[in-house]
Amino acid sequence: MKSRALNRVFMALVFLFLYAPIFLLIIFSFNAGESSVVWKGFSLKWYGELFRDRLIMQSVYTTLLVSLLATIISTIAGTFAAIGFYSMRRRVREPLMTINSIPMMNADIVTGVSLCLFFVAFFNLWGDFASWINSIQSLVYLPTRLNLGFGTLLLAHISFNIPYVILSVGPKLRQMDRNLVDAAQDLGCTWMQAFWKVILPEIKPGIVSGALIAFTMSVDDFVISYFTAGSATSTLAMQIYSMTKKRISPKINAISTLLFITVLALLVIVNIREARQERAALARQTGKK
Amino acid sequence: MKNKRSLFAVPYIVWMAFLVVIPIIIMVVYAFTTVPAGATDDSLTFTLSNFTSMGNYTVVFTRSFKLALIATLVCLLIGYPISYMIAKEGPRFQRIAMVLIMLPMWINFLLRTYSWMSILENNGLLNQFFRAIGLIDLYNSIAIHFAADPAAYQPITYFQMMGTSGAVVLGMVYNYLPFMILPIYSVIVKLDHSLVEAAHDLGANSIVVFRKVIFPLSLPGVLSGITMVFVPSVSTFAISRLLGGGNQMLLGDLIELQFTGGAYNPHLGAAIAMVMMVIVVVCMWVMNHFGEGEEQAVML
Amino acid sequence: MKKKLALALATVLACGLLFTGCSGGSGRVVNVCSWGEYIDTDLITQFEEETGITVNYQTADSNEILYSQLKNGGANYDVIVPSDYMIARLIEEDMLAELNYDNIPNYSKIDDAYKGLSFDPENKYTVPYSWGTLGIIYNTTMVDEPITSWNAMFDTAYADNVLMINNSRDALGIALLSLGYSVNTTDEAQIREAYEKLAKAKADGVYQGWVMDEVFQKMEQGNAAIAAYYAGDYLTMLESNPDLAYVVPEEGSNWFVDAMCVLKDAEHKEEAEEWINFICGTEASLANMDYIWYASPNAEALEQYPAYYEETYGEPLDQELYEIMAAPQDVLDRCEVYENLPADTLTLYNDLWVELGVGN
Repeated sequence: MKSRALNRVFMALVFLFLYAPIFLLIIFSFNAGESSVVWKGFSLKWYGELFRDRLIMQSVYTTLLVSLLATIISTIAGTFAAIGFYSMRRRVREPLMTINSIPMMNADIVTGVSLCLFFVAFFNLWGDFASWINSIQSLVYLPTRLNLGFGTLLLAHISFNIPYVILSVGPKLRQMDRNLVDAAQDLGCTWMQAFWKVILPEIKPGIVSGALIAFTMSVDDFVISYFTAGSATSTLAMQIYSMTKKRISPKINAISTLLFITVLALLVIVNIREARQERAALARQTGKK
Repeated sequence: MKNKRSLFAVPYIVWMAFLVVIPIIIMVVYAFTTVPAGATDDSLTFTLSNFTSMGNYTVVFTRSFKLALIATLVCLLIGYPISYMIAKEGPRFQRIAMVLIMLPMWINFLLRTYSWMSILENNGLLNQFFRAIGLIDLYNSIAIHFAADPAAYQPITYFQMMGTSGAVVLGMVYNYLPFMILPIYSVIVKLDHSLVEAAHDLGANSIVVFRKVIFPLSLPGVLSGITMVFVPSVSTFAISRLLGGGNQMLLGDLIELQFTGGAYNPHLGAAIAMVMMVIVVVCMWVMNHFGEGEEQAVML
Repeated sequence: MKKKLALALATVLACGLLFTGCSGGSGRVVNVCSWGEYIDTDLITQFEEETGITVNYQTADSNEILYSQLKNGGANYDVIVPSDYMIARLIEEDMLAELNYDNIPNYSKIDDAYKGLSFDPENKYTVPYSWGTLGIIYNTTMVDEPITSWNAMFDTAYADNVLMINNSRDALGIALLSLGYSVNTTDEAQIREAYEKLAKAKADGVYQGWVMDEVFQKMEQGNAAIAAYYAGDYLTMLESNPDLAYVVPEEGSNWFVDAMCVLKDAEHKEEAEEWINFICGTEASLANMDYIWYASPNAEALEQYPAYYEETYGEPLDQELYEIMAAPQDVLDRCEVYENLPADTLTLYNDLWVELGVGN
């Protein structure tokens, strides 16, 4: 019993370690003064300033847009790629899966740096190509200068998201009875119908979890974005990084408080719903008995 | 029929070739070339100087690996017991505890690191707290007795925490601890309890059970936890920058400095990134190998 | 668990996007890159309202970082505000566009003292934005006697209480000045000596940190005793911490001019010139000076500033503060402008800079 109490104390300490900084952030977002150490009274002014800060709001928008687009595209692309991979022979599939896992294994900074170099090299080639095209004809004008920006950011996000989608769809495909599709087609389904009616329902949980992991990775990413977004586009994480290099403003506290509360609220809702469903299921079961 | 379906993978294979393989090849090319001084065009010449000059940065390499190893070890020492304790609790407690552990991961790691800055500053909350409870005075009154020349002893007014390697390790542990807890917990919670009971029935005490049964079985979780903490720790550049105050340059900072920082030399940056990639891959390979050996030993 | 949460989050966000998505306007744009805390942001709004041009305002940490961004293709700025020596380098590397001064009528208001400077002798590329000095900011309650020399930046008596500036040119420049050398020296031995001095002080634990704009926070809250930074920023810090003092050390210092330029491949050159014209106008210069505390090269604005201050705040401007902002001639006589260094010296600077960060 004594050791159990000790365990509880240890756990409480770890949770304190995890949450104390977050709670301090939240408390000081309501500080009337600018300090993150000295309390000068309650105020909501930093929230007002936050919403007036165009750079921050713009970066929130960029983050959400790039995460959503990258999630949608990589989920679709990753699902099809997984279907392709799992209908290949093992000997072909294995090396491809190894390449697929490179972005997951590599440190973010290596992925970021290599993509950055790739984009710049491509832009240089494109510049030469476009000016050559422009010089030999005058019907279409190709832009000769491309820049790192939202496009490259999106490409980078898609490319580090797809592996996660494949990884979570793959096992579902493996579990699926391969004969099902053949059976469906034998019964007169076109391939598309077989896909919609047979494959998709089977692998749906994998797709959903893949999409969610992708979205999480996108929202949370800083390093890869930092190297591929260029200077004109910035995600929330990049914005925070550049803000911490300047005078630290309680606006950062305000945005983290809002994020924390959103996530917390969603968690509570989801948890309550889940618990209720479980209880209902349990009730049904016992009722049947 | 089957072959037709495998065509679905073709676009992604092309994609991988362009956005995974070619970028790495370009990085390697960059690592082995340089722009001759004074050249205005993009001409590249082959060189090994990026690698030979890396000798100047051994300090950074050792520091990065040292701090990342310490952070990983600390994470393991905190993460393993906590996962074990949580796994032993009731399901309701487990669920809440897991939510609580994952919740911070949803807040960007920069924000979490930032909050440590205001805690660890010389005039930060922690030092103010120490001052309030008289810890700093206590330290001074003790230290003055040990000072070589008590008359010249300068009493301190704070404990220096920001800018130290300890602060950087703290930042790593704080940010990556959930990555250690989650895999270990998920392995332990699925552990077959009949094995534990069987061992107890056969007369093993708790320590022996832990050492011979529980720990070996949870090893896959431990190994994946170690990788998930070590790789981001060794390559981080924001944490060292924010908590190390520029005094604790790590590999990530060194690379960043060459690309977007104050010293523009992408060739050197690419070379360092390449070396880091190779070292991490080798480490992981060795560890997986070692892990497999262990698992086999357990099976035997 | 986490998955459902993410799904819910995604839905909420998607709804949010639908609303915010509509607000994205099109039309004329100008991409500006400047330093942190270096503009009165109301001016951006004012410019946008007057002209309908949307301003994308970005900041960079230092001249060297700005240069990296321009080089690695990461930036698509139109207007940048680099300092003198970097402008010279950008001109040399053919990265700046010649300005059409007909579009910048307010250029005539710029004091002749800031025209035809060494970085742009023929006035083809630049419009000065502000000028000032580099000096030592110190907390009078944390040092025993007033600081007068750059050697304070290397003094172990202040161990762990000094903030060194985090860019190669200024940091090595400070060391060179403290040794009595010119900041523009190309003598490798002198530069190496300066490096050794910095490295030794770093090894002795003199520096609490290497900072750029983090300096505001640290000095304002009394977390460090001494820092090297710019005069204008000192005045900003003074507003929140009256214990701070500023000195241009006796060995002399750097006198800098930051000027607005347009990049050669700028996509919005016309808008860029409109922006430059707006910013160097007297009204904008006054508002800006009041906000950032850096002296304006606009002769009218600089002269009117004390009156403007009195009118705005109802009290006269302290002459001492005015002279810190707009250093008088006798101070400037002690100061040197950074010149662009030859390529091999720049490489040396870079190498030493990385080594300095590496060493411990």
